[in-house]
Amino acid sequence: MGTDAFEVGVNFAKMVAIFLMMVQIVPLLVWVERRGSAYIQNRFGPNRVGPLGLMQLLADAIKFLTKEEFIPERGYPFLFYLAPVVAMIPAALAFGAIPLSMPVNVEAFSMLGQHWGPYVFKFQSYEIGIGIVFVLGISSLAAFGVLLAGYGSNNKYALYGALRACAQTISYELAMGLAIVGVILLFNTFSFSEIVTAQSAPLNFAFLGHKVEWSVLPNWGIFYQPLGAVILFSAMFAEANRLPFDLPEAEGELVAGYHTEYAGFKFNMFFIGEYGHMLVASALMVIFYFGGYTVYPWLTPETAPKIMAPIAGLMGWSTTSTAVSLLGALLLHVVFLTKIVFFLWIFIWVRWTLPRFRYDQLMDLGWRKMLPWALLNTVVTAVIILVMRHPWGG
Amino acid sequence: MSQLLPVLVLAVFVIIFGVALLWISSLISEKGRPDAVKGESYECGLPSDTSGSTKISIKFYLTAILFILFDIEIIFMYPWALTYGDFIANGFGLYILGAMSFFLAIFIFGLFWEVKSKALEWE
Repeated sequence: MGTDAFEVGVNFAKMVAIFLMMVQIVPLLVWVERRGSAYIQNRFGPNRVGPLGLMQLLADAIKFLTKEEFIPERGYPFLFYLAPVVAMIPAALAFGAIPLSMPVNVEAFSMLGQHWGPYVFKFQSYEIGIGIVFVLGISSLAAFGVLLAGYGSNNKYALYGALRACAQTISYELAMGLAIVGVILLFNTFSFSEIVTAQSAPLNFAFLGHKVEWSVLPNWGIFYQPLGAVILFSAMFAEANRLPFDLPEAEGELVAGYHTEYAGFKFNMFFIGEYGHMLVASALMVIFYFGGYTVYPWLTPETAPKIMAPIAGLMGWSTTSTAVSLLGALLLHVVFLTKIVFFLWIFIWVRWTLPRFRYDQLMDLGWRKMLPWALLNTVVTAVIILVMRHPWGG
Repeated sequence: MSQLLPVLVLAVFVIIFGVALLWISSLISEKGRPDAVKGESYECGLPSDTSGSTKISIKFYLTAILFILFDIEIIFMYPWALTYGDFIANGFGLYILGAMSFFLAIFIFGLFWEVKSKALEWE
């Protein structure tokens, strides 16, 4: 985690801050979801508590905390309490591995009569060399929280919901995994930051062994992998159990699915898991296909410090490279969040627009439509890359 | 190991966070009286028609088995995709694509056979 006390401290604080950021986004998203659905359905939504109804979030949290503690008599208390905690872990761990901005360079300085640094702090909880595989593996563990909830409640609706969620998650994971193969073929790396770096350039590719560069467009994955992007995004909806794939919690059939017996903060923790999953899904979409935290040619790791240097001067801060680097990273972080918010809004938009699938349609779509299309995407990508990049005659 | 240590630390932190929240909410929440009707598992207000542990025939086991096979096949494609660019750059692109297309042929045949044998039918 670091070589000395300062680095370990900062890394730990960073980790906690990113986790809390994920937890804090949940009430905001719930507010956006309620206001957005009201807007779509021509209602008002929560608008009484505070400006724009924003204090509703706080009121909800207090209400969640003061709800009566309840365990169903026939449930298994240990599993019942374990499930909400387990449900939060996969999203939190996966979100930690995603780079949220460029690294911050901290120059050497002296504090408490000691010399420290220099350091490079990544703008993420931890960087793992095989980032993509790690995130895929961790986020498929989300099925465990749901299964434990269904089994621990010992309620037939909850158990049906959990089983459906599990079957659906594993079915769509295939299409998701295959869609990502296309991205790896394109960038030849498992590391998120390398993928982002590769996209922070003008559109360039090899055409029959020659280098071609179009400087009007950034080198985003969406221009090479449009089909893969659509498949990945649809599969993400199923992974996060969102409409139109929210069969596990279909109200008309299963009351509320796996969290039928849950109330209060335990219920809220399932929400943290679900919205955390949406957050990870949006972040993956942005990193794979939409340039991550960069917008070439205006906002890249090279230009961001230059943009922020005058602002650091205006604020009266010393224009040392530490302050400028930090401000630049924050600027790119805002860029990344803006892109994520766009995808989160699509999640909400779709939920309040499309009706739910029937169960056989859902499984059919996953296995017999999306899997072959994802396979086709992989094969076509591989063949085109071979033809284009092969050193013809060279 | 040093790469995965922060993951472990974060996992422990999340667990502590979750348990602390559950504990705090159990401290300040309203204390309810236990009640035979309240403690029943929720089945839309009707008296429960099952007793003991809930037993459901799991019809998804075939799906689960197929998932494991296909998921392993897809995981095998990851290292191939990772090294594909290097193979092409060194002029072995056709070789590695040929090797993979043999693998993919088995994959596609498996999927085709699955559809034909009606393993992928749901009511």
